[in-house]
Amino acid sequence: MTSNFDSNQGPDQALRAGSYLWLCFSIPKELKEEVTRILTANNPHAPQNIVRYSFKERAYKPISYVDQLAIHFSLDGNLLLRDSDEGRRQGAKIEMINIPVLLSELAPVESTVIEVEETEVKEEGSKEDIPAVSAEEAGEGEEPPPHSRKEQKLTNQFNFCERASQTFNNPVRERACQMEPPPRATFSATANQWEIYDAYVEELQKLEKSKEKEKQKPLVAKKEDKPRGRKLTSLESQSDDVTKVTKAAKIVERMVNQNTFDDLAQDFKYFEDPADEYRDQEGTLLPLWKFQYDKAKRLAVTAICWNPKYKDLFAVGHGSYDFMKQSRGMLLLYTMKNPSFPEYIFNSESGIMCLDIHNDHPYLLVVGFYDGNVAIYNLKKLHSQPGYKSSAKSGKHTDPVWQVKWQKDDLDNNLNFFSISSDGRIVSWTLVKNELVHSDVIKLSVEGTTMEGPEGLQLQTIGCGTSFDFHKKIDYLFLVGTEEGKIYKCSKSYSSQFLDTFDAHHMAVDAVSWNPYHMKIFISCSSDWTVKIWDHTIKTPMFIFDLNSAVGDVAWAPYSSTIFAAVTTDGKAHVFDLSINKYEAICSQPVVAKKKNKITHVQFNPIYPIIIIGDDRGHVTCLKLSPNLRKMPKEKKGQEIQKGPEVEITKLDKLLNLVREPANKPEK
Amino acid sequence: MAEVEETLKRIQSQKGVQGIIVVNSEGIPIKSTVDNSTTVQYAGLMHSFIMKARSTVRDIDPQNDLTFLRIRSKKNEIMIAPGKSPSASGFQASC
Repeated sequence: MTSNFDSNQGPDQALRAGSYLWLCFSIPKELKEEVTRILTANNPHAPQNIVRYSFKERAYKPISYVDQLAIHFSLDGNLLLRDSDEGRRQGAKIEMINIPVLLSELAPVESTVIEVEETEVKEEGSKEDIPAVSAEEAGEGEEPPPHSRKEQKLTNQFNFCERASQTFNNPVRERACQMEPPPRATFSATANQWEIYDAYVEELQKLEKSKEKEKQKPLVAKKEDKPRGRKLTSLESQSDDVTKVTKAAKIVERMVNQNTFDDLAQDFKYFEDPADEYRDQEGTLLPLWKFQYDKAKRLAVTAICWNPKYKDLFAVGHGSYDFMKQSRGMLLLYTMKNPSFPEYIFNSESGIMCLDIHNDHPYLLVVGFYDGNVAIYNLKKLHSQPGYKSSAKSGKHTDPVWQVKWQKDDLDNNLNFFSISSDGRIVSWTLVKNELVHSDVIKLSVEGTTMEGPEGLQLQTIGCGTSFDFHKKIDYLFLVGTEEGKIYKCSKSYSSQFLDTFDAHHMAVDAVSWNPYHMKIFISCSSDWTVKIWDHTIKTPMFIFDLNSAVGDVAWAPYSSTIFAAVTTDGKAHVFDLSINKYEAICSQPVVAKKKNKITHVQFNPIYPIIIIGDDRGHVTCLKLSPNLRKMPKEKKGQEIQKGPEVEITKLDKLLNLVREPANKPEK
Repeated sequence: MAEVEETLKRIQSQKGVQGIIVVNSEGIPIKSTVDNSTTVQYAGLMHSFIMKARSTVRDIDPQNDLTFLRIRSKKNEIMIAPGKSPSASGFQASC
């Protein structure tokens, strides 16, 4: 905006003008623009785009003309036009009210006038007339009001006279007809987020199915599709009722079991024996669940194995160790979530001696039988028969199979496992095109017993293998325990010779097991009452433990390199921790109820601090390890807590160095 | 089918279990081990409760779904396992 300044104004003005001048120059150009302002009669607040629905055209139409009237001020008044109806009515009302007042005013005036007249006339003043006069006055007073009223009463101009008559009412009879109401069903649905999601998922599935069908169409004749479709629907409607309840029923069963065994479940999860702090170094085993199955009551537990994927699922093999009493066998899978009934049940004609679950395929179990057969069970298929079974033709063992173990898939991605048996053969089985193919790996022979047989044959007495274990890291290396008490270190690649021999025990070696952390250490147990720990490079054992009773099984703990558990036939479980006590068990506890019950196997759970123990009555007991049995190495002050297998290895190494002395000195 | 029957029998034989009811997706009881009036009462009451619970869970995350429900009261406990259509519920006296 330009501002006019006159330099001809006084000095002050000029100064001011000067400042304005400065401002002017600094003011941007846009402000100098001239803006025109126009006065119009439009109401700026009136809406400009009103749209109304036109029923004639059944559409929304904009209204072109909008009232531009803007009311700035409105005040309701109460003035009436005198000539309007209401005005006249009100005027009449006012008169009626005012007339008595007027009359009362007028009356004395009139009366005085009359009186004056009367007195003038009858001046002699008859007082008697006065009441008459007043009566007249009153009468006169009364007269004008009725006049006015009469004037007001002109509302009805017609001569109105009401006349009515009543006729007879006809009797009314109701006649109605009612139909059956059409069948009604209330339909209500909610449109939740998840319903929408479900609908989309269904759509997606339908699309996928249709795509698959399109792919299959050229292969399958159209006729086949239709009956198949019909069959499917009929099956679904049948199964709708009961089979779909399996899942729900299972869940309810587990819930009920959880309730029944609630205290055990709580113990399992949370109980840590506080007495362990006072118990000096010893620990205890807290009994938790007991698993048993009616039909397996007379069969001994011959093998137990935890499932590598589902940590609460374990497999139990039943059979008999008794040479005389051989009967059928059973394979049961239990879960800790349901202690009262097994999840899977398999029957077999021959007693099961050993089993193993594949690491990568946790639904595949391999089982070795008393009659020398091996079989693979597939849990995904619900048959009670094994998927694949060896037979006399396919090279089954001639003696009971004592141990089986899965190996890594071979080069052709075929499943592969090893088995060992009393007939002295270690056999590698491969599942090739749905058939078990066997190949002998090693034949165990007892050293120094070659005899000269007829016709110059060299006869070798065949040793009986009772257990084996494969090294965790070195693939080809494995250990074999035999009935003669010897342990052979073998390699898969050398089939005729052993890498090394250990004179381990005086009786049959029941179990051998590599240490899960330390690469060189393994443990063996035998019916000669001893458990021995070895370094595979040294011929004599590092540690020997005498347990006063035949040792059925020994197992390393998965969480520590120095802890292991051993079970004996007198019903006791022993837990050793070499870092705490090198000579004695830190826990020796009778675990099974009856004295004549022999414990046959023990296994540690990979993640939970529990062990399961199988006995020869067919029961599996689950026990929790108390804190003392689970001790981790103490960290020195200031050092970080080290974790990992290296720690375990170093721990064991330290122990061994204490024990390991030069070879000429005797060791304990 | 027989497996399911066996499972239900086992549940019934557990300590403290008072009864089992199997209900289809519309809330009509298919199978029950208790008398009719109790069955109908339980089925009717549970149906809307399950719907509500399931709706709640799925509203929060549509990929989630209800696995089971427990209603613990002073005298007993009702356990419900909802399946896609039929659902089973059992009630057990508290030990």
